[in-house]
Amino acid sequence: MSQTPSTSPARPRIDWLPKLVVAPSFVLGFLFIYGLILWNAYFSVSASRLLPNYEFAGIEPYINLFASDRFQVASWNLAIFATLFIGGALALGLLLAVLLDQKIRQEGVLRTIYLYPMALSFIVTGTAWKWILNPGLGIEATVRGWGFESFQFDWLVDPDKAIYCVAIAGIWQSAGFVMALFLAGLRGIDDSIIKAAQVDGASLPRIYWRILIPSLRPVFFSTIMVLSHIAIKSFDLVMALTAGGPGFATDLPATYMYSMAFTRGQINLGAASATVMLAVVAAIVVPYLYSELRSTKR
Amino acid sequence: MRKFSVKPLQAAAALALGSTMMLAHAGEVEVLHWWTSGGEAKAAKALAATMQAKGDTWKDFAVAGGGGDSAMTVLKSRVVSGNPPSAAQIKGPSLQDWAKEGVLANLDDVAKADNWDANLPKAIADGLKYKGHYIAAPVNVHRVNWLWVNPEVLKKANVKAPTTWAEFFTAAEAIKKAGLIPLAHGGQSWQDFTIFEDVALGVGGADFYKKALVQLDPATLKSAKMKEVLTTFKKVKDYTDKNAPGRDWNLATAMVIRGEAGMQLMGDWAKGEFIAAGKTPGKDFECVAAPGTAKAYTYNVDSFAMFQLKNEANIKAQKNLAGAIMSPAFQELFNLNKGSIPVRLNMNLDKFDSCAKQSSKDFVDTSKAGSLVPSIAHGMAVSSAAEGAIKDVVSQYWNSEKDTPEQVMDKLVSAAKAK
Repeated sequence: MSQTPSTSPARPRIDWLPKLVVAPSFVLGFLFIYGLILWNAYFSVSASRLLPNYEFAGIEPYINLFASDRFQVASWNLAIFATLFIGGALALGLLLAVLLDQKIRQEGVLRTIYLYPMALSFIVTGTAWKWILNPGLGIEATVRGWGFESFQFDWLVDPDKAIYCVAIAGIWQSAGFVMALFLAGLRGIDDSIIKAAQVDGASLPRIYWRILIPSLRPVFFSTIMVLSHIAIKSFDLVMALTAGGPGFATDLPATYMYSMAFTRGQINLGAASATVMLAVVAAIVVPYLYSELRSTKR
Repeated sequence: MRKFSVKPLQAAAALALGSTMMLAHAGEVEVLHWWTSGGEAKAAKALAATMQAKGDTWKDFAVAGGGGDSAMTVLKSRVVSGNPPSAAQIKGPSLQDWAKEGVLANLDDVAKADNWDANLPKAIADGLKYKGHYIAAPVNVHRVNWLWVNPEVLKKANVKAPTTWAEFFTAAEAIKKAGLIPLAHGGQSWQDFTIFEDVALGVGGADFYKKALVQLDPATLKSAKMKEVLTTFKKVKDYTDKNAPGRDWNLATAMVIRGEAGMQLMGDWAKGEFIAAGKTPGKDFECVAAPGTAKAYTYNVDSFAMFQLKNEANIKAQKNLAGAIMSPAFQELFNLNKGSIPVRLNMNLDKFDSCAKQSSKDFVDTSKAGSLVPSIAHGMAVSSAAEGAIKDVVSQYWNSEKDTPEQVMDKLVSAAKAK
């Protein structure tokens, strides 16, 4: 921009106007995002318990945090949940998109049906799946009612498997949304590429696998970005589905942070866990963001 | 324009009138509570009516949900912004935490006028004091170590209500054989811990309980007795149904009411569910002390902490409130609605039912014998950080098959150090 010769008389005004327009949002963003991140970081090394306290207390909260069984469980759960949720929603969404792309009848109706779960809040999804997966009410009771007495599906009440239930409910909610993104991507691809491949004698699965899906790379990128932030901030889904239970088997860092900061009177520990969450997210997402954005520019 | 000018005038007139009335009498009390359902809401209204009869304005500040968690979050923001309510429902060691922040008011003159020291058991009064000064007014006492029994189910299994843990397991086995669920339970950490408390008190006794779970003595937390407690506790799980995780306590009570389950270990608020279902104590259901705890009493006392205010009139109203809460009339009215018993001693209990009378008698007896102990499951015994950490350990042990009692004891010791 600075390379344009400044011969026009209107030039000085244009120079300050954009800055002025952007300034309020910049200031607000700076204050309420980065300012609060720093504030939280300070709380994590303060003596805050029940109420905020600005006395410096060192890194003790972090030592307690990493020694905490519950935080380790929560971190592992996030890893399991995020992998399954993102992978599952991508796979299922892509499959649905490819199937819908076959110029079928009633596509509009099906598309709407698949997309509808997205219109629900995670609280509704969580509550509904809580009933569906409850062994005494839902699938297990129904199948047993049909006469298969030995049928067993009690993941929700099994501390080792309950986290998979959270992933199932999350995938159900988001697969339709992923489908919509992929379908838009598929429709955006030039027909002539497919025709050319067909002329060359490539089979349909091969066309998808080798040509269409690789060309969806930008869609993959934005979908993963959207899904990973849903996964990391997941709170309402867990609260409605299992409330972190059985025990604390389905705790996630977000629910851990909430209960420490707001119900247990350990604001510094909660703040420390929030800071660790931010650091981990930054460590994973920033390199990915960087590599993807650079490669698309190229 | 003229139209507009009338309104402020009227408002000013109303204000002036209002303030002259306030001069005649005291100010406004804003009370933060989470009594929003059924009998509790009625009880809160009773308090509001008592205050209004004295000429004070009642400003209701009810925040529902989360067993008070949401209310506490709101309270924190109000206090941090320098605008606390007159009173808030705070209990147990949290009172001390709040007092340490230096935001609570001193109620000594109210307490002295009504002789609280003589009208409250010492164990309870001590919990309401910070550095020897009263900072909160107590409302009620809940007994937590009750076993609720459906006599029909026990008859079917041909057993009687258990008084020791050994008898409990015999009875439970018989109920299981009869094809019913022996113990109704909801798998939430506080309910898991309610059972743990009952086992600790029943198996270990009041002294063990106090040493291990109130004073958090490491040697007692890791002892042969604790191992016995943990083993017994885990054995109880075999007699609950597998759909328990996440179930609310009142749904578990409903299982006992419907005769699907024989017993439930729960505090005396469960009585409200039985009575709402049209059942009579002593006939359709029985309340007995949890196995082995007949001579002990786990209490959960609700109280209102009073915050430091600036406005003189409001301070006066606040003191009226504290006095009203402890008055015999209110204690009776409130507790009849809530299902608990009055915390005030030497009261006439004619209007209360048999369970409440039993509870009150045991309350007095155990406070003399020194076996009146605070409930940890309800935040009466230790700081919220230690309480949470200990609950985590116990709940994890209850739910998972991985840990041995030895490992759990080590974890308990380190959890007790949480500050």
